[in-house]
Amino acid sequence: MMFRIQPAMLKIAAAAWLLGATSAMADTTLEFTQWWEPELPAGSLRAIMNDFEAANPGIKVTLVSGPYATTRDQISVGAATGTLSDVVGLDGAWVNNLNAQNALADMNPMMDASGFDKTQVADIIKVDGKAVMFPVASFVYPVFVNLDLAAQAGVTKLPSTRAEFLEAAKKMTQADKNQYGWVLPLSLQTPSGVQNDMMSWVWASGQSMMADGKPALEGKPVVDMLTFLKSLNDAGTISPGIATKTEQEKVEEFVNDRVGMMIDSLAHVNLIRKRNPKLNFDLIPVPVVENYNGKRGLPYASWGIGISAGSKHQEEAWKLVQYLMSEKVNAKLVSLANAFPGNVNAKPDFVTSDKAFGKAFEIFKTGYLANEFTGLPVAEDLMTQFDVEAQKMLTGEQSPEQAAANAQKGWMAKF
Amino acid sequence: MPRQKRSRHRLKRAVAPYLYLSPSLLIIGLLMLLPMVTVIGYSFQNSAVLRRDPSFAGLKHYQAIFNDPVFWASLWHTLYFTCMSVVFHMTIGMVFALMLNSDRINPTLRNVLRVLYILPWLFTAVIIAVIWRLLLEPNGVVNSVLMQMGIIGSKVEWFSSPETALHAVTFANIWAGYPLFMVSLLAGLQGIPKDFYEAADIDGAKAYQKLIFITIPQLMPIIISISLLDFIWTMQVFPLIWITTGGGPIYSTEVLSTYTYKLAFSSYNLSQASASAVVILLISLGLTLFYIRYQKAR
Repeated sequence: MMFRIQPAMLKIAAAAWLLGATSAMADTTLEFTQWWEPELPAGSLRAIMNDFEAANPGIKVTLVSGPYATTRDQISVGAATGTLSDVVGLDGAWVNNLNAQNALADMNPMMDASGFDKTQVADIIKVDGKAVMFPVASFVYPVFVNLDLAAQAGVTKLPSTRAEFLEAAKKMTQADKNQYGWVLPLSLQTPSGVQNDMMSWVWASGQSMMADGKPALEGKPVVDMLTFLKSLNDAGTISPGIATKTEQEKVEEFVNDRVGMMIDSLAHVNLIRKRNPKLNFDLIPVPVVENYNGKRGLPYASWGIGISAGSKHQEEAWKLVQYLMSEKVNAKLVSLANAFPGNVNAKPDFVTSDKAFGKAFEIFKTGYLANEFTGLPVAEDLMTQFDVEAQKMLTGEQSPEQAAANAQKGWMAKF
Repeated sequence: MPRQKRSRHRLKRAVAPYLYLSPSLLIIGLLMLLPMVTVIGYSFQNSAVLRRDPSFAGLKHYQAIFNDPVFWASLWHTLYFTCMSVVFHMTIGMVFALMLNSDRINPTLRNVLRVLYILPWLFTAVIIAVIWRLLLEPNGVVNSVLMQMGIIGSKVEWFSSPETALHAVTFANIWAGYPLFMVSLLAGLQGIPKDFYEAADIDGAKAYQKLIFITIPQLMPIIISISLLDFIWTMQVFPLIWITTGGGPIYSTEVLSTYTYKLAFSSYNLSQASASAVVILLISLGLTLFYIRYQKAR
């Protein structure tokens, strides 16, 4: 009996091995490094990758996931040593450095070769003419307003201009009750407050901190913004502890009814509701300068995606990028992340089911994404330099004009 | 014994100790010397780590950091932070050790105090930083208590004001570090023979005279050893300062470790960061050599 079965088993085993080995040889394994997986519901990114693998036989995806900071360091080292993963999750602040290291592939030829419809993507991040990143998911930063505090302070109309914002902040401030109109986090550990809570005022009014690809911090838009923030500070409307306040502390103060207004990521809506289910808040666009009626720039942070210049599987990597940027998949991914889509046709499901997200989506649709730090060299360092000058201004060491001039000097050295 | 055999035997005897040491030497070489040499190498390169073909930079990066006023401010802050920490660690540690060694305190109370006093040592730097951030925030407990006692008239932004930030962060470090001194001095106190104090009593010595002429001289070797070690460790403190102030506001709490970190991970200037790290290494090395010489002399 044994002698009869054994050859058959051997044949089956040999056939199975041959099949496996052949398919293994045919398979291309893409490595995809990102920080998104830990921030999404467990298993959801893997499920999207499984769908991609099913739709693209012969391509497997290995996810290399870690927290944001670890991923950033891993990508920097990978770029330097030529071991960057085939597909990489990117932050706009990193792309200039990575491009300088020739670590990112230009996706222009891939788009042309595959007939990719460029109009379907919200933005293409270019450095030196090379298309190096697509924002897959965008986390916009509107103004959150505590409606109960506003009502108690007699703010009946939510602010639309800077002057209205200053008035509203003054009314909401009651320092003896530890209650302030606005909160500004300028800690040096994570200087993103410069981008989200300071420059957002410039971009909201359709203005720019740059001119001809160079910093223009001494220009009217930035000086006016600094003067405006100084007036908020001088009026005592900003919650104390600015110089060491972090983004998390900003959210905590808003959640605990200690500040009336804050500029924050839409991604925090669910967190705010969880921490204080009774909090009655609304979202408004960042107020603009007087008499501005144009489109409003909406500050954002994004999950970007790019392809390694050293990847041996750029064709397959491009398929994965295309897949994630496609209407349905992009909508699915951003719905999971509570973010806005990188594909302009994608509509995440939460915008219809949730009033706050719905309103933010309207703000998103009527404005445009604006983050001028994307693509700048050593963006975090630039923010730190601006942060220090802003701190000096807020402590009365220098005027807004001097702060802008000193920051300009520091920035020019980096360009 | 033939000459050849004898010389082979001698060679074996000479080599044997190194063979026994080789696993440790290998580990030290891989984990300590190699990274150190690599960082020193980076400090003489342009675009170290970030480029595959970095060019030789000579002393350019050292010149750059020595011409940077923030570096000198960091060095001064490091010295202030370290010296104040060591002096207060020693003073508080000594007071508490004397208290815990005193027969005048009830033994049960002494045991309770022993646990309480050692508590800061049990917390990690991150926990300590978070505790002090909460306590010293403008709406925190410290301001509330001080205002109720009438010591301050308005809220002080301890970590956010350039005038108070360095003192506040030094205070947090003093609180976190005195138990090392306390425990070491307590062990030393328990080792001082009672005869000395009995002889002093017979001679009519007062308490402060016993402290100055018996206790402190007897504890001096411990005081010097622990002070030197504390100096070396405190000079390199990073997480406490990074989490509480990040080196700010402005540059008021920038120390060498945060200065180096920002160069490396904010500016991505790893060559200059390496040069700064080498400067820290040289200062630490100087202190370590001083410590070793002191230990040898004993």
